[in-house]
Amino acid sequence: MKRPIAWTTCAVAALVASTPPAASAEELTVAVSSEASAIDPHYHNLGPNNQVRRHIFESLVDTDASQRLEPGLAESWEATDDTTWKFNLRRDVKFHDGSDFDAQDVIWTLCRIPNVPDAVSPFTIYTKAVETAETPDPYTLIITTATPYPLVPTEFSTWGIVPAPDDAADLTFDKEGCAYAGEWPKTEDYNNGKLAIGTGPYKFEDYVKGDRLTLTRFDEYWGDKPAWETVVIRPITSDGPRVAALLAGDVDMIETPPVQDIPRLEQDPGFKVVSGLSNRVIYLHLDQHGEDTPGITGVDGNPLLDKKVRHAISAAIDRQAIVDRLMGGAAVPAAQLLPESMFGSDPDMKVQPYDPDLAKKLLEEAGYADGFGLTIGTPNDRYINDEKVAQAVAQMLTRIGIQTQIDASTASVFFKRRNNYEFSVYLAGWGAATGEMSSPLKALVATQDEAKGYGGTNRGRYSNPELDALLDQALETIDDAEREALLRKASRLVIEDYGIIPLHYEVTPWGLREGLDYEPRADQYTLAFRVTPSS
Amino acid sequence: MLVYLIRRLSQSAFVLVAMAVLVFIGIYAVGNPVDVLINPEADLAERQATIERLGLDRPLYEQFWLFVTKALQGDLGRSFLHAEPALPLILERLPATLELAGVAMLIAVFVGVPLGMIAGLRAGKPAGKTIMAGSILGFSLPNFWQGLMLIMIFAVMLGWLPAGGRGETVEVFGIGWSFLTLDGWAHLLLPAINVALYKTSLVIRLARAGTREVALQDYVKFARAKGLSERRVVLVHMLKNIMIPVVTVLGLELGNVIAFAVVTETVFAWPGMGKLLIDSIVNLDRPVVVAYLLLTVVIFIFINLVVDIAYSLLDPRVRLSDKGS
Repeated sequence: MKRPIAWTTCAVAALVASTPPAASAEELTVAVSSEASAIDPHYHNLGPNNQVRRHIFESLVDTDASQRLEPGLAESWEATDDTTWKFNLRRDVKFHDGSDFDAQDVIWTLCRIPNVPDAVSPFTIYTKAVETAETPDPYTLIITTATPYPLVPTEFSTWGIVPAPDDAADLTFDKEGCAYAGEWPKTEDYNNGKLAIGTGPYKFEDYVKGDRLTLTRFDEYWGDKPAWETVVIRPITSDGPRVAALLAGDVDMIETPPVQDIPRLEQDPGFKVVSGLSNRVIYLHLDQHGEDTPGITGVDGNPLLDKKVRHAISAAIDRQAIVDRLMGGAAVPAAQLLPESMFGSDPDMKVQPYDPDLAKKLLEEAGYADGFGLTIGTPNDRYINDEKVAQAVAQMLTRIGIQTQIDASTASVFFKRRNNYEFSVYLAGWGAATGEMSSPLKALVATQDEAKGYGGTNRGRYSNPELDALLDQALETIDDAEREALLRKASRLVIEDYGIIPLHYEVTPWGLREGLDYEPRADQYTLAFRVTPSS
Repeated sequence: MLVYLIRRLSQSAFVLVAMAVLVFIGIYAVGNPVDVLINPEADLAERQATIERLGLDRPLYEQFWLFVTKALQGDLGRSFLHAEPALPLILERLPATLELAGVAMLIAVFVGVPLGMIAGLRAGKPAGKTIMAGSILGFSLPNFWQGLMLIMIFAVMLGWLPAGGRGETVEVFGIGWSFLTLDGWAHLLLPAINVALYKTSLVIRLARAGTREVALQDYVKFARAKGLSERRVVLVHMLKNIMIPVVTVLGLELGNVIAFAVVTETVFAWPGMGKLLIDSIVNLDRPVVVAYLLLTVVIFIFINLVVDIAYSLLDPRVRLSDKGS
């Protein structure tokens, strides 16, 4: 629960010297902002779960801090033709129970993913491209897809491998459902540690829901040994107390200290803040469905259907001012839907310049010289300073003649209303889980199409056949360079059509006690095994 | 006594049903759990599958009917978020909250009653005035801010106590308790004080008012005239008579702390039931919220019953009758 109470106590604390951190060198305690809902790696595809998963279970393909793919349990992989992928698996990898890792474990995992009882958000979205999976030998995996599908390695980086039980030694993969005679493992058995067995750098030790997850180093780990023998992950959901826990020396590292506390941590010699660009863009989506739109007053019809009006809205927003004054530097103005350093983002695109005169002129040309009334929907507890950003945007739009109000609500209510199309314009964010451009394009701006899985979060109902065609083509192009060129083209197309208005990319901060280092990650994960003592 | 109990229990059943309806409709109106729970990358087909699996595609009355029929068989549903039965999930957190509530109540009674009696006996004198001024402070500080201040002072500035969490626990009868370890006490103290401050102030006021009233009663004068020691007059004759309002209020407050120590548990990251409630509301984990609030009703009913019985023990004139209760 976030509270709009200023963290005034920090001022008090700033007057006194902080206590020296008292944690032992071999133990690392991390306070996270939200708790994983289960230890089961296939139960709930959500950030907090996925970051816990990576400590215990590994995937075939790993990702580095900027979400580029790197070898995980697969040493290498290649597309042997347009629809066939060959993964060469790592040898001499052991599970925490001492058994050896081989290709059958991957088959078992592929079989289990669609069969997790009561899974809230299963990983089937990342396995459904797999048509067949075969193991010619224990260290080779051959995957085929029905159509050319370049994201196979990317999607294989999202789920962790669990060991095949003895009675699944001969199980084969079947897209329609694997013929497993036994009972599929239950989520409870992962949470109580019985099945929490992976190949990762840390072993499950103890899990007290709501309080702590304790992990111990796996000494037979194949990769680099992490620095910490024991890792404790504690959920402290409110911002103030989380910062206090760091200041008090209870924890060594915290996730996302609130923007207003960052200077205080930076000034204190006992602590430091590291931060890096995330894969999350904050954007405005505009209702472009039809003449009937719920949040616009003063004019007939839907002015947002006019590209000039959308252009005017974009030009009226001073992104630099929002970043500097509201975000305290915890953001970077956005030119498109994914930071320029990531795959498929067009490096030549520039942030829309702030130009209120141009905006007024465009409105006039579009026939809205007197402006109109607009209500922007926004969550108030989901993204960094989300409501304040929406207020700033509203003021900027009001300045060019669009009388703008905001309608802020808590995330659960906001998302319900947004998904019911109750807003003409709404502010939201998108984190590209796959770290490449097809993720935001597919979800936010592709025409809604259930069969293709397009437009799942396109609640402005933007539709552009040209974009859809480009995306179709990109998602069937195996060659990385060619695909990237297509995605860049698509990105430019939608931004220049003002189909969606990007505001900024969030920057993710971490607070650490002095003496620790952490490389900021674009996927926003807090991975204890990547925390190193600084020398 | 038996008639009284039966009547009380049947009233309680009615309250439970009313609560179930209210909560169910209320949480239904807030939002759609799927919007919060499911990964945004999931496509429309995936969303639809989850909606059907959770039974959210059915109309409200059908969902409610399903809930009621299952509840009558003792099954309050499975958590959407944790895929575990809701009731055990809540009961798992109960010991932590009971511990917090228990310690806070002990502080309230053992600090509040003596201070209140002193304030009553020394009304108008500096000691009495100081105590009353202090109790106003205890009343008016916002719980959230007060908790943060306690953390800033005792954990961050002085470094005496940890800033949050539950600390080491010892298993007794398969349940982890932290009041059996030193580390557990260190973690327990600040949140307990945070909960207790308000209750203590309340007890001080009640005890003071009671003391002033009782001090003028004939039997107190008579006891003094009889030559009883001041100690016996205060500790036996007066104390017993001021306890009735204190017990009533503390009973209600105890229920409140157990059910809704939300703020304190959130600030101190105390893994109790209140924290679970807040997390569940944020995630729209409907079965847990409904089960939680029904459990709360049961707890309140039980505590009220105990309070009524405690009256009759404290004051023999009170009889448990079936009239007007």
